[in-house]
Formats: sequence, structure tokens, C-alpha cells
Amino acid sequence: MAEEPKQERPSILKQITETQVWNAIFRTGVPRTRRQRMMVVLNNVFLHLHPVRLPKHAVKVKYTWCMGGLSFFIFLVLTVTGILLMFYYRPTVEYAYGDIIDLKEQVPLGIMREIHRWGAHLMVITVWLHMFRVFMTGSYKPPREFNWSVGVVLLVLTMLLSFTGYLLPWDQLAIWAITVGSNMAGATPFFGTSGPGSALLSLGDVNFVHTASDARFALLGGRFVGEATLLRFYVLHCIGLPFIIMIFMIVHFWRVRKDGGISGPT
Amino acid sequence: MEEFKHFINIISRPKIIFPIILTLFFFVFPPTDLLFNINQKLRLHKIWTKKGGIILFSLFILFFLFGLTDPNFKLIVTKPDNVPIVGLIFLTFFFLWYSMKQAYDNDTKIAEGKPPKEADDAKEKVLVWPDLVYVEFICLILCSALLIVWSIFLKAPLEEPANPAISPNPSKAPWYFLGLQEMLVYFDPWLAGVVFPTVIIFGIMSIPYLDNNPKGCGHFSFKERKMAVSIFLFFWLVLWVFLIVVGTFLRGPNWNFFGPFEFWDIHKLEPLANINLSELVYMIVLKQKLPTNILLREIGGILALIAYFGLLPILLAKTIFREVYNRLGALRYSIFMILLLMSAGLPIKMFLRWAFNIKYIIAIPEFFFNI
Repeated sequence: MAEEPKQERPSILKQITETQVWNAIFRTGVPRTRRQRMMVVLNNVFLHLHPVRLPKHAVKVKYTWCMGGLSFFIFLVLTVTGILLMFYYRPTVEYAYGDIIDLKEQVPLGIMREIHRWGAHLMVITVWLHMFRVFMTGSYKPPREFNWSVGVVLLVLTMLLSFTGYLLPWDQLAIWAITVGSNMAGATPFFGTSGPGSALLSLGDVNFVHTASDARFALLGGRFVGEATLLRFYVLHCIGLPFIIMIFMIVHFWRVRKDGGISGPT
Repeated sequence: MEEFKHFINIISRPKIIFPIILTLFFFVFPPTDLLFNINQKLRLHKIWTKKGGIILFSLFILFFLFGLTDPNFKLIVTKPDNVPIVGLIFLTFFFLWYSMKQAYDNDTKIAEGKPPKEADDAKEKVLVWPDLVYVEFICLILCSALLIVWSIFLKAPLEEPANPAISPNPSKAPWYFLGLQEMLVYFDPWLAGVVFPTVIIFGIMSIPYLDNNPKGCGHFSFKERKMAVSIFLFFWLVLWVFLIVVGTFLRGPNWNFFGPFEFWDIHKLEPLANINLSELVYMIVLKQKLPTNILLREIGGILALIAYFGLLPILLAKTIFREVYNRLGALRYSIFMILLLMSAGLPIKMFLRWAFNIKYIIAIPEFFFNI
């Protein structure tokens, strides 16, 4: 009697990848064939930022320096570490500095604040280098003019995000850097007390632009860097500016695709 | 060695280093054909070869390592918050070299009638999965590794708790705004802190609309767009990165200037002998009192400013910028000139300050209006 051929047990990996749950999550399977590799990019919402196919120069680090992608990645790192820091940080003059001390001394091996701070510096640098690369390859030329302008807005927002974050540790470096930076707002033409033309905005002896109503006051929420400034900068840093920069990032990425993908020789 | 340090301290004074950089710059990044030919004759383009890059980079690193043996240099360079700026210097140098090398390589190919390197690559199409995804993945891993190692070895600094009563000396803005703070030496806050930043932002945004040269899109190149690259690099390298480096490393207490090997002496005295243009004209040249009428007093400065923004563009359009004017047309040319002249105002004002101790060209402190 011929023995029935013994059926080999499929490997555990195979068993898992054949379950209904797995297939419901990963529609395309392991991308081995050309078709699957195209489908994986089309089906995945994150990979879908990319086109399916690219000319070869566009994937070379030599051409892109990867700076745009890295800027976005560092933004995500900063978001995650920022959320973690928000659990421990209270934006009041009373607690802010102490909370930072606690982060420094009570958390064993804690490096979230470090990653957030150095990451912020790094993001400013990568954004600048991205702009530099885009200029040197002439990628701002038609049809990508508008996206360059959006990029400049993103650059400014990056620096503003960093600037508002500068105040939060509430140490000497923080308040004096912000004092130096915001003092200039007091010199805004027409809208700052020490700016040219501010005296013109008056009725008789009543000045409309004074230290409690000028551009600097609007920025600081007070006559000097204090409690209100801390809260104002905290809200801007954690919610206001990230919200705005996200909108501009969406437009930026969308336009990269809509303007014909990453620039290339014509 | 001390002599060498002393020499470096002296030549790094803005008064000396800035004119040197200014002159050298336009030979290294020539905006016109004439300068380009001189650049070729002096063989300055050799900087953008592998050999040139290695030599320049080694010199740079040698200087840096040598500097670290000096206590004053080491103190300021290794301050945790200054580490990113040291990184920025090296990265800027590297990427400048990297882009210029590719640009010159492409220029040679184009001169031979061949397409640029990128066009050869672009013939082939690749799939995003895996070709792009794995490049991104590696970059991301390297970047994370860098951040984690950096964070482990360098703790985020925290100074004394905030005290509105004690201001540190020097009080510095965040490093990326130090270029603006440096401008404060030469211009009043309403210009350096408000008007110029706004103009800078809108100026950068307007680049694509002003540069109507269709060449050099989508590949590194220099020869096809000399003037655009030269102007951009001038602002980006000299007025942006260089001023940040000066502001970070060479500006000490009372915003006085200190050489890289100099001790930050709080009591260093700088003679303040600055005078306004009106004072120079009336009191020193004409030897009489300042007129009480503001308009009469400042007439010289006002006329100079009107000539600078009104007549100079027309004169330039008729002479050396004739080609530029023809290419850009009246509207583009006017906007381009306003932006260019405004930004050239900074080096001009610097020069006037160093050479003639001029403080303001127009000084109307009655209305906080000083230029």
C-alpha cells in the first residue's frame, strides 16, 4: 500500500500571513512582484505621498540630499517628543522651571528634552539646507514657483516654532532671548511705541499706540516677558503654530505631486 | 603660535574680514562673464573638484582642531547651544562644495553638448517601493541615530531660573535670528527688526517670479545661471550664515567684537565716535550749527536716499545692467532693484560706519525715524 505523502506543515509565518485578519490589514501581501510593489504604494495612505514610479535621478541622495524628507521626519520626532514633554510641563511662572528641573533630575536616562531641543536646532538646519538644494537645482522655476513660496512660509514657521519653544524652560537664556527678540516688535512702524509714525496715530493728546497697546504688547500679552507671555508662547508652540504649519505642509506636499513631481532635467 | 592667534584675531575683525570676503566672493562666485573669465584664469574653480574640496576641508578641520587647544576658542565653540552652529558651518561648507562640484561637472558636460548628469539618470524609471523607500528608511535611521547619540552625550543646558532683574551680558537672540541682531548694530530696530525681515521673507518668496531665466531647471548648474546663483549665495552665505557665525562666536559682552582667540572681557572699551551725516556735513565740513528746520538739516541724506533708489536703478539699467533690464522688463527690474538695493544697504552702511563713523544717513529722532 502506497503511503500517503505526508503533508508538510506550513511555517508559522505563513500561517499568520494567511489569516483573515492579516489579509484584511495588508491587502497586497509581501511586495515581491512588480504589480504588488506598485499596489503597496497605491494602497498605503502614508506611502501614497509618493508617486508609484520615479525617474532614477529623483531617488539619488546626490540630487535630493534627502533634506526635505528629513525635515518632515524631524518634525514628526518633535511632535512625538513634544507630546511626551507636555505631560510633565506646566506653563506657569510658578512651575515651569521646576518641571524642567524635574525632567532633568527625576527621570532616569531621560533624553526626551534633549531630543526635542537638538531636534529643533537640527530641523532649522535641514530646512535651510533643503531651501539651498532647491535653489541650486533651479527647482523653483516654473511650474513650481508657488511651491517655493509655500516653502518660504514653512521656513518662517519653523523658526517661529523654535522661537516660541525657546521661552518655555523659563531660564535666563529663555527670557532674555525672547526679550531681545520681541523688543524689536516695539519698533514696528506705526504700531510700536518706539517705531516711526506711532505718534501719528493719536487724537489730540491721546496716543492710541502706547506700551499697553502696541505690537510688542500683542506679542507678549504684557509690557514685559511674564506669565501671560509664557502661556501665549506655550499655546502657540504646542497648538497654534503646529496647526498652521501642518496646513502649509499639506499644501507643500500636494503641490510637489501636482506640479509634476520632484524637479528634473527637462 | 601666539603671533598666529593674534593675527587671526586681528583679521577676523568685521572691518577687515568683511571687505576681504566681499571682494573674494565675487571672484569665487562670479555673477558676470567678465568675472567668470577672471575666475577661470585664477583657476578658482578648482575649489570645486575632489582635490580642492579635500584640501579646503582639511585646512578647515585643522584650524578647528588647532582652535580647540585655545581655552577661549574652546569655551565658546563647545558651549552646548553653539554645537549646532559648528555643525551648520561644516554642513554648509560640505553642501556648498557638493552642489558646486555637481554644477561645474554638469557645466562641462553641457559645454560639450551633452545633457547634464541628472538627465542620464532620469532616462531610467524606478519603482518607489523599494528604490525610494529604502533610501528614505536609511536616512531616517541615520538621522535618528544622530539625534539619540547627540542627546545622550550632550545634555540640554538649563541656566539659572528666569530673573527679569538681571540681564545677562551679552543678551543674545536665538541663534537663527543673530543675523538680524547683527543688523541692529548698523540700523535702528524698526528697520533691522521689522522692515528688513519682512522684506527678506517677501524677497525670497519672489525669487521664482523675478528670475525668468528658463535654463538650469532640475539639475545642478552654475554657468547657465551665474547671476542668480551668485546673488543668492551672497545673501545666503555672507549675510545669513556668516552673520550668524559672527553673532554667535565673535560677539561678546556689550555686543563688542572679539576675535576667536580673544578673552571675553566685560570691560573692553570701544570708542564711540559715531556721528550723523547731517552733523558731518554742517558741523565738520561747513563749520556751522545744525539748522533747526528738520528738512533742511537732513536734506543731504534725503537726497542721497532718493538718488540711491530713484536714479541708481535707471543709471544701472542704461549701463552694466542693460542686459538684465532687457531680460526682466520694467516691472520685474524695478522690484528686483528695490530688493537688491535695500539688501545692499547693509554692506554699504557697514562700510560707512567703519570708514567714516557714520551713524545715521537720515536722523530724525523726533519721529523715531533714523536710517
